[in-house]
Amino acid sequence: MSNNLFEIVEEPIEINAIIKKVERREAGAITTFIGTVREWTRGKQTIYLEYQAYIPMAVKMLAKIGEEIGEKWPDTKIGITHRIGRLDISEIAVAIAVSSPHRKAAYEANEYAIERIKQIVPIWKKEHWSDGETWIGDQLENVPYESGRPNVKDVE
Amino acid sequence: MMITILLFAHLQETVGKDRIELPIEQLTVMELKTALKQTYPLLELDHVMTAVNEEFARDNSKVTAGDIVAFIPPVSGG
Repeated sequence: MSNNLFEIVEEPIEINAIIKKVERREAGAITTFIGTVREWTRGKQTIYLEYQAYIPMAVKMLAKIGEEIGEKWPDTKIGITHRIGRLDISEIAVAIAVSSPHRKAAYEANEYAIERIKQIVPIWKKEHWSDGETWIGDQLENVPYESGRPNVKDVE
Repeated sequence: MMITILLFAHLQETVGKDRIELPIEQLTVMELKTALKQTYPLLELDHVMTAVNEEFARDNSKVTAGDIVAFIPPVSGG
């Protein structure tokens, strides 16, 4: 992992490295969010996940989320790393760290970041279930779409 | 000069490749979708977002030779 605040990586995510990126003397709080691979989704068993990204645009969109957060919570600093490739159960898919002088902004900005990731960052998850495989295509995360009938959501 | 089209997720699997190059000088996103649908089984192009040179674009946005167009199915990161 590099010093870039916004990254797409193929290797396992080290949360401490992301915390380090946002550490500052003026910070009184650092919140972290760690998104992990879940085994069971509504009774279906996941064996492993595969994430694909349009990497250059995904990095740009992560940076855009950083800019949005800079406007909404001016004293925060955020780092986001998303992993792609094959991930096994319990592995970290995404990690977000936000530092801020006071905790409220750090909590709020962190939640905002994960919601925006699910809206505008070109990353796709393929579920490899115990009984088949599906590209997941709904920004609310859990609803697979049949090929040819994805939902269109506005990103602007 | 070519227009480069990038495909991801199920679009990539439907077509069997992750990029298509077309020798076209200029057209709109909508015209490009129409052209692709004539060659490939990509009816879902009507339901995906489009990025031109890594920025989200509209159906009436212009695409020019040298541009990189990516079709972005609903995303599922996180």
